[in-house]
Amino acid sequence: MSPADSRAPGAALDIRSITKRYGDTPAVDAVSLDIRAGEFVTLLGASGSGKTTLLRIIAGFADADEGSLLVDGQELRSVPVHRRDIGMVFQNYALFPHLNVEQNVAYPLRMRGMRGPERRRRVAEALEAVHLPTFGRRRITELSGGQQQRVALARAIVSRPRLLLMDEPLGALDRNLRDALQLEISRLSRELGLTVVNVTHDQEEALTMSDRIALLDRGRLVQFATPDDLYHRPVDDTAAAFVGESNLFRGSVRDDGTLDGADGVVFSPPSLVDGSAVGSGRVAVMVRPSLVRITAVGSAPEAHSRVDGHVSGIVYAGDSRKIIVTTASGTELIAREDAARPLDVSVEQPVTLHWDARSSIVTRLAAGSAGATAPAPETRRTVRA
Amino acid sequence: MGRVLSIQGGGRRWWISVGLLGLLFVLLALVVPLVVVVQRSLDAGFGNFADALASASFLRSLGNTATLAVSVTVWSALIGYPYAYAMARSGRVLSRVLMTALMLSFWTSLLVRSYAWQVILNDTGLVNELLLGVGIIDEPLQLIRTPLATLIGMTHILVPFTVLAVYAQLRGISPDLAIAARGLGATRTRAFWTVTFPLSLPGLAAGSLLVFVLTLGYYVTPQLLGGAGNAVIGQSIVEQTNVLLNTGVGSAMAVLLLLIVVLILGVAARFLGLGRVLGIATERSAR
Repeated sequence: MSPADSRAPGAALDIRSITKRYGDTPAVDAVSLDIRAGEFVTLLGASGSGKTTLLRIIAGFADADEGSLLVDGQELRSVPVHRRDIGMVFQNYALFPHLNVEQNVAYPLRMRGMRGPERRRRVAEALEAVHLPTFGRRRITELSGGQQQRVALARAIVSRPRLLLMDEPLGALDRNLRDALQLEISRLSRELGLTVVNVTHDQEEALTMSDRIALLDRGRLVQFATPDDLYHRPVDDTAAAFVGESNLFRGSVRDDGTLDGADGVVFSPPSLVDGSAVGSGRVAVMVRPSLVRITAVGSAPEAHSRVDGHVSGIVYAGDSRKIIVTTASGTELIAREDAARPLDVSVEQPVTLHWDARSSIVTRLAAGSAGATAPAPETRRTVRA
Repeated sequence: MGRVLSIQGGGRRWWISVGLLGLLFVLLALVVPLVVVVQRSLDAGFGNFADALASASFLRSLGNTATLAVSVTVWSALIGYPYAYAMARSGRVLSRVLMTALMLSFWTSLLVRSYAWQVILNDTGLVNELLLGVGIIDEPLQLIRTPLATLIGMTHILVPFTVLAVYAQLRGISPDLAIAARGLGATRTRAFWTVTFPLSLPGLAAGSLLVFVLTLGYYVTPQLLGGAGNAVIGQSIVEQTNVLLNTGVGSAMAVLLLLIVVLILGVAARFLGLGRVLGIATERSAR
């Protein structure tokens, strides 16, 4: 995550208060992002969050209703798509089936009027960069999914664009291939100093590849931060629930700083919640499942926050396992532990979940979030496809 | 590939027998007359063929037919391609309107359509009445009984084949490809010419081949709209058989026409793939 140096060939992209409405509902609602030259930024969000619309606006396939897009200080909105000097990786790649690999990669150069040995050299370089140097003469239909993805990437970077846009570039690939390509794409974009705007709904992909992540929800920007900040310092419960797995307790802060409506949770110290710090009486307390310990009832350390319940499920997920605990009021909470540790609880067993005071992260409630109307604690889990 | 289940046992036998019935029908309607024609063409050895090829009017009609077929094919492509493109890429309403108009025309008897053009192009027809009425011309233009009339009528009758073939091909090309081309630096126009058009060529080739081959065998429309001096092969054959009662030479001409068509289809099959030409192939957008 090295900060981009000033000589990066990528451009700085200043998105100012971009709004796009379809009918009355804003698909993108006054989103502002200040993307530095050479930075890898991911627009993360569920479907309908406006991430793809924003990308289409940057690419020029759609125009915003309001706001401006400044590339190195110049307004981009009035520039037609083909003169925006962008490279783009499309969902499902959109490789041209009537052209071979070489001709596909050469396409952006051809459109820019480049020909002859210079064009051949640049195409060879781009294919080299994606580790397909000998694939030039292959037909697109002869390539595997991963190879097609690489060709699409080579085609996007061959013209050395000021801006590389990627629309769910890894969505169609299986998991192992995705992991390998994630690392490769971030390596390549850093080596070339490209400014990248990537769109995904996969939080893991966002966390792995990005310098900064813009989390979008229903057209609004929730948080624009580094993966580390987004994970450890979510601005509100939406961010906390979307990025990583979390146990969330929503409630109101009393005058003495204790939390009301926290579903039997005993916080330690009780006044851990400081209402003034989060600006409103209603907050969410987030605890990551990997920081939650599980123990026999009554044997939690005094200094820890804790809640009682019974084990309602044990799920193995690769190197870790999830212990699902249901509290007296029926809320499901998760503790995640190393799968290599011996399992010392069983289903239906009464247990106490506990965690260090520093593991409780207090955030505000997002306007219109589910928690703002229903104060009951709630656990959200990310489901992996 | 693509075969999910094969029909087995009694069901299969049933289908085969039904299929055989169909085959019998096709044979009766096609092969029997064909055999008769070939037989008659040979009733004087190859003399009938020599007579046919020595006939100046037959050779002229061959030339007329070739010219007509090329013109109809070209005009069908020029008119049909944009039509198909609009149908494949426009919104639902316009797409439906275009498709309905095309189908109405396509399903109307060619006899009716030929007569309709006669009514329009007559000396006292719609066009002439209009031009006379407005005062652009003083006496009726010779529109009917000209090669132009035949060209217009034939193009109108055959253009749906081009439209449908191109439309089917365009529908198989993802619109995302042209959008991608624009994202990679192409203008809309260049995106069309470098991506969409080359990918649609197999459809255009198939449609054009159909139009070309079908034009070769048309008789009614040229007879109703064309002039006496511009006879096509079909008219030559009818003249030999019905007027000169020279069935042997007429049959020889018919066999020659058939050989020409088979030759064209054979060559086309080699370069385009016969399956694609006949619309059987389902492979998308490959070369």
